[in-house]
Amino acid sequence: MTIVENLRSLGHRIVNAVWRMGYASRFFMLILFYSGTSFRRFHLTIRELFSSGVMSLIIILVAGTFVGMVLGLQGYETLKRYGSESALGSLVALSLVRELGPVLAALLFASRAGSAMTAEIGLMKATEQISAMEMMAINPMARVVAPRFWAGVISMPLLSALFSAMGVFGGYVVGVVLIGVDEGSFWSQMQAGVDFQHDIVNGMIKSFVFGVAVTAIALFEGYDAPPTAEGVSGATTRTVVESSLTILFLDFILTAFMFQGE
Amino acid sequence: MKRTTLDLWVGIFVVAGLGALAVLALKVGNLSTYNMSESYQLQAHFSNIGGLKPQASIKSSGVLVGRVAQISLDPERYEAKVTMTIDKRYQFPKDTFANILTSGLLGEQYIGLIPGGDEAFLKAGDEIKKTQSAVVLEDLISRFLYSKAEDSKQVDKQPN
Repeated sequence: MTIVENLRSLGHRIVNAVWRMGYASRFFMLILFYSGTSFRRFHLTIRELFSSGVMSLIIILVAGTFVGMVLGLQGYETLKRYGSESALGSLVALSLVRELGPVLAALLFASRAGSAMTAEIGLMKATEQISAMEMMAINPMARVVAPRFWAGVISMPLLSALFSAMGVFGGYVVGVVLIGVDEGSFWSQMQAGVDFQHDIVNGMIKSFVFGVAVTAIALFEGYDAPPTAEGVSGATTRTVVESSLTILFLDFILTAFMFQGE
Repeated sequence: MKRTTLDLWVGIFVVAGLGALAVLALKVGNLSTYNMSESYQLQAHFSNIGGLKPQASIKSSGVLVGRVAQISLDPERYEAKVTMTIDKRYQFPKDTFANILTSGLLGEQYIGLIPGGDEAFLKAGDEIKKTQSAVVLEDLISRFLYSKAEDSKQVDKQPN
């Protein structure tokens, strides 16, 4: 008897997950479909750019600097053993531009801006603001969801570029100013090691993909949240967990495509 | 529609982001040396290029003068054909010597150009005739071991 019930609940979960997946895909297509309408009132997107992009600036800049400083310290400790401290610049820059910049900026963005988006939309739904818009023949997808989506997609690559630049600066401060690695070889090794198309453009593509994934997940979780206090809090938690895992998974896939066999 | 302080902040954010991208491209990446304004191409055949890669640097007296554009196998000579892009500011004599060198013991490989004394200069599309292949560490070691073995054979013979 219990076995049948367990099987039934397992099947129910799987069907539910597939159902949600389909709903999420339709939601994503609707965002793209109503993007044109939302662009006609671009000041909405500007406002969301402020709340998700500009407000994340401080955390991104500070985190980037510290990550770069840690990379400088740890990289120096390891490279010193092989007598190649001069490669510190290319180590710091490559690890930031290729991986840490896009991934860490996206993780910070997911927890800083993604969770806020989910909570906001979830609460709008719980207080029936979304239904009120529909009553007034305002499409909530075009008015509320699409501007937030594009704000996230636009700000993510910019934030990741800022993160990497600040990280390089942090690595420079620790490596050159504090430890005393030769400044010329720091920068020249960096420029010799980092290729614009292969490293920087690929890093930007990564952060663009992460931006799409994080905002789409955050918006969907908010839109799909049960209209209760509990539901909204659960949706916020799910946003952070799901988008963090998605970022790391997508990072593996993208890295495998971009940097294979070299 | 009037301008607001919000627009200013978003503007600052976008400008800062694009600025960071520009810093990454110019200061961190190699975009500043990527498109040498004026350049010409030279070719060279090597019997072994070792670990030379496209975009590897070409130096003369240690100064960066160009980059490796393309590497392919010449199907007629069964040798590596390396196409090099050289900065137009630098002209090299016809009898310039091209070596594949390694920076440091285990570092990156690059092409070193040693100018000869010829009066005529290499023109775009010309081939550098005098080349020296990469030093392959395994070959060196095996040659060393072989000569050691020869030595010890001679030592064995001497007492008789």
